[in-house]
Order: sequence, then structure tokens, then C-alpha cells
Amino acid sequence: MARPPSRRVRSLLGAALAVLTALAAVGCGSTESSSGDDRTLVVFAAASLTESFTALGKTFESSHPGVSVKFNFAGSSALAQQIVQGAPADVFASANPATMATVADAKLAAGQPRVFVKNRLEIAVPPDNPGNVRTLQDLANPALKVVLCAEQVPCGGAATRALAAAGVKVRPVSEEKDVKAALTKVQLGEADAALVYRTDVEAAAGKVRGIEFPEAAKAVNEYPIVTLAEAPQPDLAGGFVRLVLSERGRTALTRAGFESP
Amino acid sequence: MNLHAHLVVERAAFTLDVELAVAAGQVLALLGPNGAGKTTALRALAGLTPLTRGHITLDGQPLHPLPAERRPVGMVFQDYLLFPHLSALDNIAFGPRCRRTTRAEARRQAARWLQRVGLADQAATKPRALSGGQAQRVALARALAVTPRLLLLDEPLAALDAHTRPHIRAQLRRHLADYDGATVLVTHDPLDAMVLADHLVVVEAGHVVQHGAPSEVARHPRTDYVARLVGLNLYRGTAHRHTVSLEGADLSLDAAESLDGRVFVAFPPSAVALFRARPDGSPRNLWQTAIAGIERHGDRVRIHLDHPLPAAADITAAALAELDLTEGQRVWAAVKATETHAYPA
Amino acid sequence: MPAVRTRVPGRVPWVLVLPALAGLAFLVLPLAGLVIRAPWATLLTRLGEPQVWDALRLSLITATAATAVCLLFGVPLAWLLARITFPGRRLVRALVTVPLVLPPVVGGVALLLVLGRRGLLGRWLDAAFGVSLPFTTAGVVVAQAFVAMPFLVISVEGALRAADLRYEEAAATLGASRWTTFRRVTLPLVAPGLAAGAILCWARALGEFGATITFAGNFPGRTQTMPLAVYLALETDPQAAIVLSLVLLAVSVIVLASLRDRWVNTP
Repeated sequence: MARPPSRRVRSLLGAALAVLTALAAVGCGSTESSSGDDRTLVVFAAASLTESFTALGKTFESSHPGVSVKFNFAGSSALAQQIVQGAPADVFASANPATMATVADAKLAAGQPRVFVKNRLEIAVPPDNPGNVRTLQDLANPALKVVLCAEQVPCGGAATRALAAAGVKVRPVSEEKDVKAALTKVQLGEADAALVYRTDVEAAAGKVRGIEFPEAAKAVNEYPIVTLAEAPQPDLAGGFVRLVLSERGRTALTRAGFESP
Repeated sequence: MNLHAHLVVERAAFTLDVELAVAAGQVLALLGPNGAGKTTALRALAGLTPLTRGHITLDGQPLHPLPAERRPVGMVFQDYLLFPHLSALDNIAFGPRCRRTTRAEARRQAARWLQRVGLADQAATKPRALSGGQAQRVALARALAVTPRLLLLDEPLAALDAHTRPHIRAQLRRHLADYDGATVLVTHDPLDAMVLADHLVVVEAGHVVQHGAPSEVARHPRTDYVARLVGLNLYRGTAHRHTVSLEGADLSLDAAESLDGRVFVAFPPSAVALFRARPDGSPRNLWQTAIAGIERHGDRVRIHLDHPLPAAADITAAALAELDLTEGQRVWAAVKATETHAYPA
Repeated sequence: MPAVRTRVPGRVPWVLVLPALAGLAFLVLPLAGLVIRAPWATLLTRLGEPQVWDALRLSLITATAATAVCLLFGVPLAWLLARITFPGRRLVRALVTVPLVLPPVVGGVALLLVLGRRGLLGRWLDAAFGVSLPFTTAGVVVAQAFVAMPFLVISVEGALRAADLRYEEAAATLGASRWTTFRRVTLPLVAPGLAAGAILCWARALGEFGATITFAGNFPGRTQTMPLAVYLALETDPQAAIVLSLVLLAVSVIVLASLRDRWVNTP
């Protein structure tokens, strides 16, 4: 019964290999199509920049015909890890300098990162504010279900600094993996309060209420941006960074709830 | 009567409609070809197949309204269905345990049953390690351990090899003799039925075609199936005194009995004598025919005779050689009237 | 086994062997990578950190509890699907397998919408008993059971379908009620399938991440299981994540191997 593989099996296998090769080509092509007219700019940006950067990307595309901007929005730390592991990207915008330092330390930043906006924390509560939260001190109430970001991600670090500055001890029910997860818990009413960025409260558009608190000033997050050293499109990358730093970029970002540096 | 049942089970392409009656301590055998509905009848008695119509009465109590687990019935399945995860002892103790007996008492009863079927040393053995005959005895003990008033046996010897079968059959006969309830046994082997049963019911295509004592059925078959089982040549005909004109053949046979009207007439293959030339002295039942086939059965040879009267004839190997018979050859066949029996149809 | 297994010696079918080896390498190499790149020098000190043991203990407890929950509800469900004919059975079977294809995070959100403090049932649970599942260890068990139950149900249902129904009939003729039959005949008959299902279920629960972090949140010692600890460690300290992963890997290999030898008779 040990027959050589039939022609049919071989042709099937050949077809499968062809498909795999094609897929691989497409996978690489998205970032390496520097030759030709259509060019793609890849921007890795902190999740909190989703709304404002998407808008700026459209602006950039309309002023650069033939260019498309692709974003990878995620937690800053995760993005930094991906870049260090060799993810092909042109621009990195992080939600805090520490995360940017990971990339800079790996000699992957082309030039000095520049701070383009600041973000501060607010207390997010459900619209009906069932826990009757008014100040940061109220979060110490053990009957409240408070969620914070895990300390490993920027919003968690900021929360720790703000609470320390206010001398408030909070025992959270959960340390969420990113700021959006924390916000979701409040939106669904599972948590009575969360410490999130002002921009996230803005983006939630009425599904949560934001409460400002003075100690937030002690834990302002600065957002640095940089062109990456191994950028496949260095000139486009520079152009995008300039747009973000321009008056036009600043307006778009301020509208989303960010503060100018 | 201990058990009286009228079983009607209707299926898409098949209807079972049989009536059964068995006295306590008696064994009734349901005999029939494959697909005749024997097992369906047994399952209906056990409550595993619902009745379409009819009734089952045991000791005057209606049985058919009860689910299987509430019927005082013990059943031995064709391939025994011993629980593979339980030892021989625990298989037997299963039934008593289900009837609210304590575990210790159930195991004591099971041990007594193992003793009775001669397997006391196999108490801890798992079914897969038992021989076919041992498994059959455990299955019998398991069915009897619930002290049923009706015992059902589905082809209890079919799974055994020819070598162990006579021995196990004899044992089963002893155990059935000890059992005081009614027994219904399903088999397609006439020998099992003859040895084990007090009463025989022959089922074909869902209906009873013949019933009676085994010896009666064996002597006076009423269908071709039964005739084949008991090894007789069987014909229908019309009798006038000792002479029977056969249906479908331009031939008459003289029989030992004097009857009038429609009859069956039967003779054993061994009663047939074959000749190359027309014999002298002209016996009464003599006809010329052709050989349709020749089969060897041990030291006997079975000759199948063709038109005008399809019949089987048994001769010795020596006679075969002497007559120098081949297929297609013309021969004379003769049967003594004293071995040709007629009985009313 | 008879000698049917070895076939006529002939040419090795490379068209099958090569992809097979590639597949094997694909599955094994990442694990080898974990072992090779592990920070062996600091391994012992890192293993000494209490967070590791908190997460591991929580993972083992919750995965085992989730498996128990799945057995309690999944086995009867499998029995229902395998043995009882009822209208819409095919639909029910399809619904049972939905958690297999549902992204676990979506499963977590769905659990919040039903069992959360403001969920359809959760609201009532909270009002009547003051029970709120999110952010609790019980919540972790619920999330894991939700994701892992289909593995058990499918496995047990398959075993039930393959089991010979006539053993149950034999039990009935011996006077066993349906419950006794199920307990003393059906379950032992499907024991291998049941064990395989429970092991799969446990393994899936142990590795559960998305539904857990969404429904139960993340708090060390209470809801932070190993996969959650790995994910968060990865944000800042990949070396720690590798150590945690190795621990999880080692524990699951040890447990699965010992269970397999004991319960599943593989040749």
C-alpha cells in the first residue's frame, strides 16, 4: 500500500504552499512597500489617543496623497514591548515618559522624544453616582467598589502618585489591565468609581461622569512622541510628528480633553 | 396459568402479534427464524419495548402497566451484558441492591448464587476475564438473584462455541428444573428448544405458526421452516383413506394413517431409498426424479431430489459410491408407507 | 494487539511526515523558547516571591472548583443531550458549544451583563442575598466554568452516545431506577470519557484569561490567577512573566501527566 503520493495530493499541497507564500508576502508588504506610489505610515500610540489620533491620521492622509496611516492603539507598555521585540513601526506615542524610556534605552528612538500633551486623572463614576463620590478622599470608604489600573500600566502609576499625594488609602476591588477596562467597569455599574484619564471620561460621552480633584495636578501624565530609529518611512514619520506638535494638532488634542504641555 | 400474555407490537414494516401462556415451573421456548419477532416478544415481556396493544398477566396481576424496573422479571440477554466494571459477585448483587437489600446481605445472596452455579472461586473476577460459559452462568445467577416470578432467556446458548454448548445446555436445564417460576426462552436452535422447553411456540413473521409439546412439533411440523428444523420432508395434500394426493405435484403417497380431507404428510430423509433402475417388487410410494444436489454430512450423504417432488434423502457414503450418483442424474426414489405420516392440516 | 499494526514496509510518505514534523516543531519550539530564555540565575529568588504562590494557589483552587461546577451541571446536561429526545435539541447543542467560539472577553462582558451587580440576574442576587459575583474568587470560578464547560459536555455526550444502551436496559430488568442506573451503570461505563472531559475542562479553566479578567477583575490573592499575573508582568517585567509561565507550565504538565496515567488508558 506504500504508494507514492498521488498527483492530486501533491497539487493540493502545492496550492497550500502557494497560499502560505502569498500570505507571507502580504504580511510583510504592508510595512515594506516603500517602493511604489502607495505608502503606509505605521503609528503605535497609547490607547487614550485613539479618538484624537484617528482624526489627525485623516488630516495627514488628505494632505499626503497616496499615503495611508495605520494605527496600533494599545496599552503603552505593551506597545513598547512590541517595538523592543522588533515590531515594524514609524512613530511611537506613549502615555508616559517611563514607557518611552524603555524604547529610548533600547536605542530605538531617532532623536529626543518630545512631550506633546498632558493628561490628568479624574474620578469616573456612573451617571447616577450611586456611591455619592465627591472628592478623592471619598474613595477610602470601604463600602465603595473602586477599581484602579494595575500599577504596571501608566494610569495605575498616576493613580498611585495622586493617592499618595493626597494621603488617601484605597483598597480597590480590582486592578485593571488598562484604563479602558477600568472605565468599562464603571460604565456597566459594576464599580462605583475608578481613577481614569480626563480624555477617557470625554470619550465615554456621557456614559460616565467625571469628577475633577485637586490632587490630580500631582500626577499629570506627559505624553512623549518620537520617530523610531528603524522606521521604514522616516520622512513620513517626521511629517506626522510635526503635525501632532503643530497648532492644528494641538487643537484636535485639546478638544479630546488633553492639556497642552 | 401463571403467565398469560397477548403481545402486539406494531412497527413500520412489521407487526408482532402472539399469545403466550406458561404455567409456573414450566419452560416455554419461542422458536423462529431471525427477524421473526422472538426477541421483540421477550423485550415486551420485560417492559423494554412498549406494547401497542394487548396485555401481560402474571399470577393474575396485570404486568403491562409497570415499567421494566418494577416488573418481577429476570432476564438473561443474548451476550449476557454483564456490567464490565463490576466483579462477578457485584454483578449478581446488583439486583438485590436495587431492591433495598443492604450491601452486606446482597453480597451474601450473590455469594450463594455463585456457589449454586459453581463459580464460587470467580467472585472477584471481572466479566472480561470470564469464559463464555462462566459468563452465561453469572448472567443466569444475576437474573435469578432478584427472585423473579418470570424468567426470560434470550438465546442463552447462542454466544457459546459448539464445544462447550452441550455441557452448558445440560447445566441450564438443571437450573431451570430447580426454578419454580415461569420461563420464556428464545432460540433459533431446535435442539435447545427440544432439550430445555416443555412447550414450544414457533413464530414466523411476527405470528405463531405452530405450538405444542416439543415431541409433537418435531413429529408433526406444519410449516416448511419447522420441517427443515426438525429434519422432515413436508407436503400438503388431500387424503382419502391411506392415499394422499399431493398439492402441486402429480403424485400420491400412501401413508400409515387413514384420514380424509386436507392433511400434512411428512417423512424423514432417511426413509428414502434411491435406485438406478426401477426396483422390483414395486413398493407403493415410488417415483422417478433427478438429483439436484449432493452434500456430505459426516458419514451421511444428503441427496436433494428435484421435480416432481422436491425432497431430501439421506444415504450412506458407501451407497453413494455403489450407486455412482452425480448431479442431474435420473433415479428412482421410494419411501415405505409405514414411515410416511399424515396428520390433519 | 495483533500484528496488523505494522504494515508492509515501504517508502515513508514524506508528504505526511514533513508537515507532521513542522507541526511538532511549531508546537514545541515556543515552549523550548520559554525554557531557554528563562532567567535561571535569578529563578529561585523570583520563585520565592509571595505573588507567585498566591497566583498559583488561586489558579489551582479556582480551576478545580470550576471543574467541580462543570461536572455538577455539565454531566446532567450531556446526559440530557445524549439520551432525551426533545424539540430543539440540536439548537440546545449548538448553544452549548457557543462558549467555544466566543472570544472569552466577550464571554466575560456577557457574564457581567447577566450576573453583574446591575445584571439581569445579578441585580436580583444582590438585592435578595447581597451576593455580588464580580471582583470575587467565586466570580473567577464562574468565568472559568463558563468557558470550560463545553469541553466537558461535548466529551461526556460523545461517551454517552458511544455507550451501549443495553447495559442500561439490563439494569432496568434488575430493578434499577433511572437514577440508580445512571449512577451505578452509565457513569462507570463512560468513566474514561468523563475523565478526559474533566481533564480538558480543568486545563482550559487553568489557562483562562479573558473572561476572568473581564468578569472578576484582577486583584492579587483574590482574583489574580496565573494567566492574569503573567499578562500584567509582561507589561513591565517580561522575565517575571517567563518565570510565572514556567511555573504554570510545570504544574499543568505534572498534573495532566499524572491524571492521564491514572485515568485514561492510553496505549
